[in-house]
Amino acid sequence: MPADPAVVSAAPETGIVLAPSGTPPHPLRAFWKHFAENRGAVASLGVVVALIVVAVLAPVFAPHDPYEQFRQFVLTPPAWVEGGSWDFVLGTDEVGRDILSRLIYGARYSLFIGFSVVAVSLVLGIVLGVTAAFFGGFYEIMVERLMDLIMSVPSLVLCIVIVAIIGPSLTNTIIAVTIVYLPRYVRLIRATAKAEKIKPYVTAARVIGASRFRVMFVTVLPNCLAPILVQAALGVSDAILEAAALGFLGLGAQPPTPEWGSMLASAREFILRAWWVVTFPGLAILITVLAINLLGDGLRDALDPKLKRS
Amino acid sequence: MLAHFVRRLLLTIPTIFALMFLTFVAIRLVPGDPVEVRTGERGISPERLEEFRQQLGLDQPIVVQFFDYVRDLFSGDFGTSIISHRPVIEEFATLFPATLELSFFAMVFAVLFGVPMGVIAALKRGSVVDHSLMGVALFGYSMPIFWWGLLLVLFFSVTLDLTPVSGRIDLLYFFEPVTGFMVIDAWLSGEEGAVSSALSHLVLPAVVLGTIPLAAIARMTRSAMLEVLGEDYVRTARAKGLSPFRVVGLHALRNALIPVVTTIGLQGGTLLAGAVLTETIFAWPGIGKWLIESIARRDYPALQGGVLLVSTLLVFVNLGVDLLNAAVNPRIRHAR
Repeated sequence: MPADPAVVSAAPETGIVLAPSGTPPHPLRAFWKHFAENRGAVASLGVVVALIVVAVLAPVFAPHDPYEQFRQFVLTPPAWVEGGSWDFVLGTDEVGRDILSRLIYGARYSLFIGFSVVAVSLVLGIVLGVTAAFFGGFYEIMVERLMDLIMSVPSLVLCIVIVAIIGPSLTNTIIAVTIVYLPRYVRLIRATAKAEKIKPYVTAARVIGASRFRVMFVTVLPNCLAPILVQAALGVSDAILEAAALGFLGLGAQPPTPEWGSMLASAREFILRAWWVVTFPGLAILITVLAINLLGDGLRDALDPKLKRS
Repeated sequence: MLAHFVRRLLLTIPTIFALMFLTFVAIRLVPGDPVEVRTGERGISPERLEEFRQQLGLDQPIVVQFFDYVRDLFSGDFGTSIISHRPVIEEFATLFPATLELSFFAMVFAVLFGVPMGVIAALKRGSVVDHSLMGVALFGYSMPIFWWGLLLVLFFSVTLDLTPVSGRIDLLYFFEPVTGFMVIDAWLSGEEGAVSSALSHLVLPAVVLGTIPLAAIARMTRSAMLEVLGEDYVRTARAKGLSPFRVVGLHALRNALIPVVTTIGLQGGTLLAGAVLTETIFAWPGIGKWLIESIARRDYPALQGGVLLVSTLLVFVNLGVDLLNAAVNPRIRHAR
């Protein structure tokens, strides 16, 4: 829509009242009202925002370099335990790296994996799902069968196979997890788009001559977004868990990358001597996944009252 | 019912063939010389390489190779491990009972705790009890089970010294496997303490593997119970003056169990994926650990056959769940 910026910025000075009282609240405001009712969801939103801030500003928050090895402080216990030091609040690992700093940098990897898997899945899922719903026929059957095929292999097993072929690395983790979780997006989007496409407003859009592309992605898609958003939120936590599992099996991010799953993998052999190297990375995964799941539940209740878990 | 059965069975055929195709393509995508990938040998002389190529049929056109592969599969040849030189199907058959035993006990744990949790939460809907039970379920759902396993080992094995850290039974006991199920074999051997040793090795892995199914079952039971408790026949049963226990146990729970049983059945994929992690942590000699080790050893033929067997199995488990569902619910049977 062409808008002259000068005109827009001049509007307040000319005294135009944009929203007269009595109009329904803005959809975002209505959403927030529902969402804020759920205290757990609001708290988890706080945790997720805090995690993102910590991840982005990792160099500011981390007391040490995550790769620096303090050789004289190998396996130092956490600060509050005897023998611990406030220099290394959560202790150090088997080569003397500060665990807190590694966890802070690790948040970057986990969140990056989670969000990029969901972003790529959403784009592919929307394209495949909406086109399958609209084109139908042989194409739709092929898409459906392909998704069935992916789902017939246990998730982690398929991840392992993909990584065996393309090799273990951070990028390949994202590729593998995206492929494994793609079917749920495609199926959900296809089903929602199919239900929407027979509604009168879509026929109306067709009648007034909207192009096929426009009907698919401008008319129908926005009305399918609520369940997709909920699935996307829950998808972030699943992706983080799956990536951490791959890291733990040595098939994800490779050491010395401070990815939480691979930190646990190298900590395993020290479980008898140093409980802290095992405890904290897992706790970080649990807190992150828990917060995102709670947030997803809250989103679902606020966006789609029909799905609400009574 | 028969029509539905036949239709569902026919639908699995393309999936099975697609799985065969997928594994056929996958091993060809593994980087490296195809002969070396399959034989595990490196630096083979050109003559030997040619010999192997002919032996493995790699000199044939790709379509012929695929048909040969499918023919071999139908005659029970799932390839040969390049490490143990044993047929993949044999290795699978030896290891599978261990995974099955672990999965069985995991599901027993999940059902035993999950169903009552869901029922109680539904009965006390909105109360502190409900919120805390569903909180526990959410924890279970969000748990990285590989860490959960380490944590339980840390607490029960290292700190309290109650349970063994790994394996299926104490090294003290030795007997020939009869069924492959350690608890049964231990019982058959008649050795004193063998059964309790096998069971104590099972506890932690079963709890770890059962955690996510437990959460799923608890959530499903709760929502199914809530739905059923609002039905007219439950109100009628109450109005008749039946004891609350009878109303909940007999009238409500029985009807709520249909979706719950489906949820239980559909945990097959979760269990197989979880088995990979659980078996790795507890050195449990099952399918999951075997798959991971196959990767580490670059035993691609074993991986190829193993993945195909695991996935085919899962397809049939899901088919079974679906048919069971159709048997009890006519609406599924007649939907198209």
